[in-house]
Amino acid sequence: MAGITGKDAVLSEYARKLETLDAPKGRSLTQDAIRRLARNKAAVLSIFVVGFIILFAFVGPYFLPWTYDKIDWSGIRKPPNFEAGHFAGTDQNGRDMLARIMQGTQMSLIVAGVATLVSVFIGVCYGAIAGYFGGKVDAVMMRFVDIMYALPYILFVIILVVIFGRNPVLLFVGIGCLEWLTMARIVRGQTMSIKEREFVEAAKAGGAKPWTIIFRHIVPNLTGPVVIYATLTVPEIILTESFLSYLGLGVQEPQTSLGTLISFGAPVAETLPWMLIGPAVVLVSLLLCLTYIGDGLRDALDPKDR
Amino acid sequence: MFGYVTRRVLSAIPIALIAVTACFFILRLAPGGPFDGERALPPTTLANLRAHYNLDLPLIQQYFIYVGRLLQGDFGPSMVYNDFTVAEMLWIGLPFTLMLGFSAFVIGTIVGLVAGALSAVNQNKWPDYVLVLLVMVGLVVPNFLMAAIMQLVFGVYLDWFPAGGWQAGSIPHLVLPITVLVLPHAGRTARLMRGSMIEVLGTNYVRTARSKGLGTRLILARHAIKPALLPVVSYLGPGLSYLLTGSLVVEQVFALPGIGKYFISAALNRDYGLVLGTTILYMFIILAVNLIVDVLYAWLDPKVRYR
Amino acid sequence: MKQVLKVEDMSVTFELHQSEVHAVRDMSFSLSEGETLAVVGESGSGKSQAFLAIMGLLAKNGRAGGRAMMGDINLIGMAPSQLDTHRGKDIAMIFQDPMTSLNPTLKVKTQLSEVLVKHRGFDQQKAVMTSIEMLERVGIPEPVKRANAYPHELSGGMRQRVMIAMALLCQPKILIADEPTTALDVTVQAQMLDLFKTLTQDFGTSLVLITHDLGVVAGVADRMMVMYGGRAVEKGSVDDLFYDPRHPYTLGLLHSTPHIAKRAERLDPIQGLPPSLEHLPKGCSFNPRCAFAFDRCLVERPPLADTGNGREKACHYEGPMAYGKVA
Repeated sequence: MAGITGKDAVLSEYARKLETLDAPKGRSLTQDAIRRLARNKAAVLSIFVVGFIILFAFVGPYFLPWTYDKIDWSGIRKPPNFEAGHFAGTDQNGRDMLARIMQGTQMSLIVAGVATLVSVFIGVCYGAIAGYFGGKVDAVMMRFVDIMYALPYILFVIILVVIFGRNPVLLFVGIGCLEWLTMARIVRGQTMSIKEREFVEAAKAGGAKPWTIIFRHIVPNLTGPVVIYATLTVPEIILTESFLSYLGLGVQEPQTSLGTLISFGAPVAETLPWMLIGPAVVLVSLLLCLTYIGDGLRDALDPKDR
Repeated sequence: MFGYVTRRVLSAIPIALIAVTACFFILRLAPGGPFDGERALPPTTLANLRAHYNLDLPLIQQYFIYVGRLLQGDFGPSMVYNDFTVAEMLWIGLPFTLMLGFSAFVIGTIVGLVAGALSAVNQNKWPDYVLVLLVMVGLVVPNFLMAAIMQLVFGVYLDWFPAGGWQAGSIPHLVLPITVLVLPHAGRTARLMRGSMIEVLGTNYVRTARSKGLGTRLILARHAIKPALLPVVSYLGPGLSYLLTGSLVVEQVFALPGIGKYFISAALNRDYGLVLGTTILYMFIILAVNLIVDVLYAWLDPKVRYR
Repeated sequence: MKQVLKVEDMSVTFELHQSEVHAVRDMSFSLSEGETLAVVGESGSGKSQAFLAIMGLLAKNGRAGGRAMMGDINLIGMAPSQLDTHRGKDIAMIFQDPMTSLNPTLKVKTQLSEVLVKHRGFDQQKAVMTSIEMLERVGIPEPVKRANAYPHELSGGMRQRVMIAMALLCQPKILIADEPTTALDVTVQAQMLDLFKTLTQDFGTSLVLITHDLGVVAGVADRMMVMYGGRAVEKGSVDDLFYDPRHPYTLGLLHSTPHIAKRAERLDPIQGLPPSLEHLPKGCSFNPRCAFAFDRCLVERPPLADTGNGREKACHYEGPMAYGKVA
């Protein structure tokens, strides 16, 4: 959910800094940041771990003897058993936990990806439009963002659940629709400085339409901050997803997600610990690494900490 | 200052109204209703029910009826728990949720501020490393997982605290739920505080204070803390909102009698009245807290007062 | 005359990730009572860091060596708590940027009076009264109103006056002013320099004026020290250095300064860039930019040597230096 990693606070700060920097530096700032990120060992290691988790989730299932929904009648509630091919044990229904963890991770990652793209899309369009047109348009649009900030985000998510029922894809498109506020702020600030630059002036003088200028000349120059923002949004959405799934409002059986797995594992953790430990370890390491990457990006971006 | 507060209060009113309106229409325009149960009701019963809850009137008329009642503190009837009004149900759960949320909020904020400031003053020494590590744990372990771990370790294995349930006035029952809520809030607060404190300690005006020979303690207390609090204070509004969100899960895991329980089942049952009522109430609480935060901010930052 | 500050062999080093940077090396000078010493150099010449080191205000990764004797006490390497009994009382500093050097969240009177409470043991009321008197003294109109204002309600010039008032509250023996006029409007600059002159005379305070602006030096200072690449390269009275510079760098500085009176003259800037302190040239640091450099300059660093008449210079070249040959 918004702010789980303090992303909004961090990014608002970053946005403020970007606004005060000279526009021409914007680009080299990002390149500089990437170089500094590469020197940050924790962040680089985290990138590898995240890469490994992605492989694990998407390629792993092909190497397993069991699929996530296949029931092994001879192995119900069994601890890890290498001979039967249940490397992480089985659940109460005799389904292979490792296969389920992989499928759950896959689901969490897909959902995070889709929702992040949606939020980035809305945020970039909204912010670029507000920033480019400025004046009254900007004032009204940003006032709306302020109002949205003041509202209890998770309640909207739950209302979305009411609206979309249990269709996870629509649900996470909906979550993406709620996650764009900070993105819009950052993009707006950047747009306001970029639109003063010569190449935009030149395009205007050449008679380009506002939309062409926004999407051909301004948006491509926002790549750096947008990519970074998106990176920070991913863990938020993974958390939101697992939170909703935990409450029984997200992904439905037989499909699963990390949140769902934990919600099934938690009540039986005393007797069947492998049902909680596996998904918990994956979720926590995923979030930890994404947070370290986010931290690394922030440090790399902070011009003061050079 | 007084003028500033008045302006902030006045500007909160349209926000509240817009939010109420948005919630109302979004919910009503959503497909499905509270009476789409598993077995279909006879048409006459359904029509009676709909008439009873004014669902047969045009939407816009329903809206004005709702807002009119709301202004008198009437949240309307619950459509699933038909023996109760929404206000009654909220009245049962709210005090507990607020108590839980605010205790965690206060404890978490204080712990976070102190930890963050200590971390910043000892930057890159061992207390800083320990705190940064703890903060990381608070940040990346989701509350539902933390709740499960706490319950298992301190409730079951060690048996130090009750693993769930509630007896009025029993502090031990609150220890685990509050800890689960405090950890992420304190973690985020500490992170912000550490960052802003480090930044403030590097400013020119702190250097000026050092050049005056004021001594570390006075510099921290008078020159550094106030400006360092600014970004943290602006986080408190959203912070409380996440905390109340977290209490949905915590109430569920520890079987506590708060609002959260109703809210989730209401959402699943499409109990418009209850969802709307809870949302609006949460929103008012959060708006009120944001208002307090704004005033606090203005007190901390003299520049804001004159805007 | 009595010496209030005697700096010997001072050095300032910064530890970076893998390397060390020597910002100041082998710096020695003395400051007499009531005297104004100008320290002149380009940015990065180490002039600010040297005095931050004396004040104990170096960044965390900075280290200072050598001695800075104020009477019998050595300010370098002193424990912070002990240093605090002198900072603000016997030795005070004014910084370059008045906009950020005052705490935005505290009223002007709080920031002034706390100095007196700390060093003079005044009670709050008396401290505020004295602060207001001092504000009046530095030429702030309506001092009572300003004292109750927050820094952002004051203009840049006004804030720098507040900084000056703050530094002079305890009538320190030494006042270090680090580019005190750089951030101000030209019209305000002149007023500010006048103020420095009168106040330091009134209080008998010795002033160190760190600047890159020779115009400022000419109006106020008695002696000057020119710094380049972390070292002092020439020292002497302002008149001597202005009319008879002996170091090519001093000559270069003088010719890169615009004179309104002689506007027809073309400016003659020093060619090249200030050196990076991490990679100082071999021999004399100034040799790549020096018009008079010869083979000895490339291998042997000239020491700062007494050339008589209270002057010192660090240069091998002894011949005449004609104007226009600096480049």
